[in-house]
Amino acid sequence: MPFTDKPQVFSASINALSFGPAGKEVTLGGSNVYPLYSFDAPLANPVRVGIQVSDKGFDATVPGLAAFYEGCSTVAEMAARAAAAPGVDFVALSLNSADPNEDNASVDDCAATALAVAQAIDKPLAIMGCKNVEKDSELFVKIADVLRGQNALFLSCREEDYKTIGASVVLAGGSSLGGESAVDINLAKQLNVLLSQLGVPTGKIVMNLGTAAAGYGFEYLASTIDRVKDAALKQNDGMLQMPVVTPCGDDAWGVKEAILEEADMPEWGSREERGIQMEIITAAACIASGSDAVILRHPESVKTISEYVSALM
Amino acid sequence: MALKGLDIFKLSPKTNCKDCGCPTCMAFCMKVAQGALPIEKCPHFSADAIASLSEATAPPMKTIKVGDFKLGGETVMFRHDKTFVSRTLYANALCDCMDDAEIDARLAALPAVDYERIGERMYVEFVRINHAESSSADAYAALVNKVVPALNGRGVILSVKDLDAAAKALEAVKGLPVILNAADESNYADASKLATGAGVVLGVSAADINALYDTVAAIEALCNKNLILDVTGASIKEAFANAVRVRRASLKDNNRTFGYPSLIDAAKLCPGDSHMQGALLALFTARYGSIVVIDQMDYAKALPLYGLRQNLFTDPQKPMKVEPGIYPLNGADENAICATTVDFALTYFVVTGEMERSGVPVNLLITDAGGYSVLTAWAAGKLSASSIAKFITERDIESKIKSRTLLLPGKVAVLKGELEAKLPGWEIVVAPNEAVQLVKFLREFTNK
Repeated sequence: MPFTDKPQVFSASINALSFGPAGKEVTLGGSNVYPLYSFDAPLANPVRVGIQVSDKGFDATVPGLAAFYEGCSTVAEMAARAAAAPGVDFVALSLNSADPNEDNASVDDCAATALAVAQAIDKPLAIMGCKNVEKDSELFVKIADVLRGQNALFLSCREEDYKTIGASVVLAGGSSLGGESAVDINLAKQLNVLLSQLGVPTGKIVMNLGTAAAGYGFEYLASTIDRVKDAALKQNDGMLQMPVVTPCGDDAWGVKEAILEEADMPEWGSREERGIQMEIITAAACIASGSDAVILRHPESVKTISEYVSALM
Repeated sequence: MALKGLDIFKLSPKTNCKDCGCPTCMAFCMKVAQGALPIEKCPHFSADAIASLSEATAPPMKTIKVGDFKLGGETVMFRHDKTFVSRTLYANALCDCMDDAEIDARLAALPAVDYERIGERMYVEFVRINHAESSSADAYAALVNKVVPALNGRGVILSVKDLDAAAKALEAVKGLPVILNAADESNYADASKLATGAGVVLGVSAADINALYDTVAAIEALCNKNLILDVTGASIKEAFANAVRVRRASLKDNNRTFGYPSLIDAAKLCPGDSHMQGALLALFTARYGSIVVIDQMDYAKALPLYGLRQNLFTDPQKPMKVEPGIYPLNGADENAICATTVDFALTYFVVTGEMERSGVPVNLLITDAGGYSVLTAWAAGKLSASSIAKFITERDIESKIKSRTLLLPGKVAVLKGELEAKLPGWEIVVAPNEAVQLVKFLREFTNK
């Protein structure tokens, strides 16, 4: 008796969401099969890979990053360099300098940076905040206005600030928005419901289901993404069909395996190599669970993950 | 698939003799279906009936043992449906096509990655030894002989299609945990005979998934069910498709022919590309690889990978715990301040990570809180002023550490007063609610 495979093709699908200026859009999601199950039905879009650029510059203690960004004096120049790196689908600008507990850069300065970056790159732009709820809403309101027509992706609003950000970014600014929840399927769904009630079209929403580095509670993230995709496809849950965007860079480069210098842990070897593999392995596992886009810091990780995605298309 | 009580009843003697202790045969069959009683409790079931029932009640995916290593035995496609049971194991690659210098270098590097993380030994469990077509059977046997003393408890995967070479190699690895990855659609009968003769697990590969299925079915017909499926194929895409389809057929579609663990040889899919091998290690750890072969494990891959595996293979119903005790961070000595938190592994990792980042020496006291997070442990009564005070007395902290400052997690600030009463002479300081605030807090605290 020959082998008969039973493909799982669903009548529901993940929403397809495009962002980026006209003619340069990139599309996330859209598939009607489990993540990467291209043998069941062709995938509508590949997983997209973003490169993260901070307005505070790069980590100069990582030699590869220093070499990559050599000669760049402004954030816009760095973004242009990053955008041109192999495998990059979009640029994610994180406005860390705005953090009130750190540099507390003004909203106007950050908006000027965002505009300069948008003009310097020929790829779609995602805007990441400074992780401070009050400051992020001020930032996003202003930047959505400055970037009108760019169709940027704003990452992210939370339950505390979704009203302000949802209204300014999507309803007034016409951009797309990420809803960020803390590694829990119910919280993710609730935020999408709230955004929908506000009038934000579901086709303008992506989900940031939270982040974790491999080895650091990653099972919660993996199972949350697994369950979200299962509910979206199998149960046709319209409030969980938004594409999932997972920023991996901050977590991957924030754990001790990627921080401790080689001098502290000689047997571990090159710190840069450890950071790259932490980023690659975290991102590859997120993609296996179902992230529709990942955001990474190191150009080498971006290149590898992009090749990994192509190999599985 | 679970068998219904009625299906079992059809095969029962239907005499209601009560020898099994149940009032009727029907009641007994219902209990068997629930798994409450073993079918052997009834002395009157015919041997044929028991055989056909145990076939039907057998788990969909076999657990294959290679020495002490356990592969397969999974019951669900996603860990949130229940749990994964047999963690993915890893293998370094060797080939008789390599020159001596490379083989020596790889053998020398084999024991390099070997450490403990939350009570689990992290090392490369297998060595895969490939036989190249251009090489001779004697050269292969010589390589296997050379590898054996370096194994140190590790298992061996003999990837060899030439059965003469395989037979010679098997001589060298007698008594060791061995997978003979030799069978394909052309040689399976002889390969199976060789494997059963030597009492080792047989690896099966084929040109595509349909041929693999037919070959496994043919080997099963020869009464060999001690198998592992080499699903590598020709490309990364094919390897992933095979791994998923094999696992899905066995677990979801109850297809016993594919109910075996799988092996993916990533060293063949992207030779020399350590970064891509890192990505594939993660992919096949998350999605249905029982063994993944790479060129060589190093710390850069091992640190994230073994953490990932430990995460994914924990039972969702049982939190990961670290050992209670004193954890000196940043070179803390007896004069460094103390801090306390719970033994939930995630809390421990996040808190120690931030504390290490602060550079401030701290003696972290991990108390037994049942593996719960701070607030959950507090709510469950597992973290209280008494439990902390008891820990400090029982472990004789006061004679081991001179500092009398104790940082308390901000989320249980409410314990401060009671703790001061229970620990006279100690200054109890309320630390921040969230671990991310620790770096700033600790630096400011020590600068005061």
